[in-house]
Amino acid sequence: MHPRHLALPDRAVMRVRYHMTPFSTDDRKNPSLSRREIEISKVIREALEAAVLAETFPRTTIDVFSEVLQADAGTRLVALMSASLAVADAGIPMRDLIAGVAVGKADGTLVLDLNEEEDMWGEADMPIAMMPSLSQVTLLQLNGNFTPEEFRAAIQLASKGIEELYKLQKETLTSKYSAYKEVN
Amino acid sequence: MSLTPSNYNIVPLIKREGILSVLEKGSRIDGRKFTDFRSLSITQGYAKKAEGSAMVRLGDTAVLAGVKMKEDVPFPDTPDQGNFIVNVELLPLAYETFEPGPPDENAVELSRVVDRGLRDSKAIDLKRLCLVPGKKVWTIWIDIDVLDYGGNVLDASMLAAVAALYDAFLPKVEINGEEVKIIKEEKGERVPMNYPVVSVTVAKLDKFFLVDPELEEETIADTRLSISYLEDGRIVGIQKFGSGTLTTQELDAVESIARASTSRLFEELKKVITRPEGGVTQ
Repeated sequence: MHPRHLALPDRAVMRVRYHMTPFSTDDRKNPSLSRREIEISKVIREALEAAVLAETFPRTTIDVFSEVLQADAGTRLVALMSASLAVADAGIPMRDLIAGVAVGKADGTLVLDLNEEEDMWGEADMPIAMMPSLSQVTLLQLNGNFTPEEFRAAIQLASKGIEELYKLQKETLTSKYSAYKEVN
Repeated sequence: MSLTPSNYNIVPLIKREGILSVLEKGSRIDGRKFTDFRSLSITQGYAKKAEGSAMVRLGDTAVLAGVKMKEDVPFPDTPDQGNFIVNVELLPLAYETFEPGPPDENAVELSRVVDRGLRDSKAIDLKRLCLVPGKKVWTIWIDIDVLDYGGNVLDASMLAAVAALYDAFLPKVEINGEEVKIIKEEKGERVPMNYPVVSVTVAKLDKFFLVDPELEEETIADTRLSISYLEDGRIVGIQKFGSGTLTTQELDAVESIARASTSRLFEELKKVITRPEGGVTQ
């Protein structure tokens, strides 16, 4: 790692960047890193660190760069899910993959996986990511308002969505290798 | 780009074991119960040049918030609403590893979490910050300076922001049709506040849940969950800090613990934001 004083003696340093391309939104987004992107980069890094066995690679760095190409709500979770798949694909040992989805409230009803309109006009947006096999929550934020009962119902709803996504992630990962089965 | 921090506060393993062994006995290193906040003092009007300000001391943590305003043009999608902007500075004098320079990711995260708590709760009546619809509105700047970094800066910052807003007056304005005359030297109306918001942070340390972690507890904690509340128990913001994890059952438990701790904060806030003429200031 460079500069060397930033390296950690007992584990890898993770460097994570979440970035939106200027043409990913309706109005052009300034390509320099916004405060929103700085915060999301941090929460994605922290979520990934929970899964990656960074202590297997002391004094090294693991770089994860994600680019949002088209934004239609839920980009931080898609970035996190693709990052966890990419790290697994790189052969870096992990405790589990990370799957995540947003639960929100639109017109008083709990909804799974908000789209752009629901995100903009709804009353709540709660991104949540988990390591499903370990039932551990690695990312949780809430934007909007929930009663404590709605909060608990929202977590239940998210868990269901996360199970589905997790299945897809595992299929994606294994299909890459099953395709080479016929090679002599 | 976000990096795994390398120069962060380090707590020796032996100290960690010490802290944990005290927790095993049902108490904390400073003698508090798991659900206790540290001593709290809120002083309004601390910065005289600000339109409103509040100094909050929470144990060893000290945070000063100042409110300033400026006339501005509204955003096109909200022509009849004013705006507010929250900025948190982790000053170099507050802690040994803090450096001068633009806000780092921790400061950005803090200010965005305070911002969301205030915005999603609709604590500020933004419609009443409109001077001429589509033309002129107030922008309120809430600048929060962390003067002493003693753990749980977020809850202290939220208290400081709310107390400073309740302390603040808009400048006097005379509106004549589309013409707005602002008299900066004279006080006008109070900043239109609907109700207060508080944030409660719970740290997960091994199998223990600690309300209002002090610096060492915060440093060795697996993860922290900060939840913002209104007085009726409604949740208006959540942020998980740190790379540890929680189960969904633990989330339930943390939310209940946090909600039970809000009454103390609302009580302390009301001591300063309630005016003698009765009722919370509007």
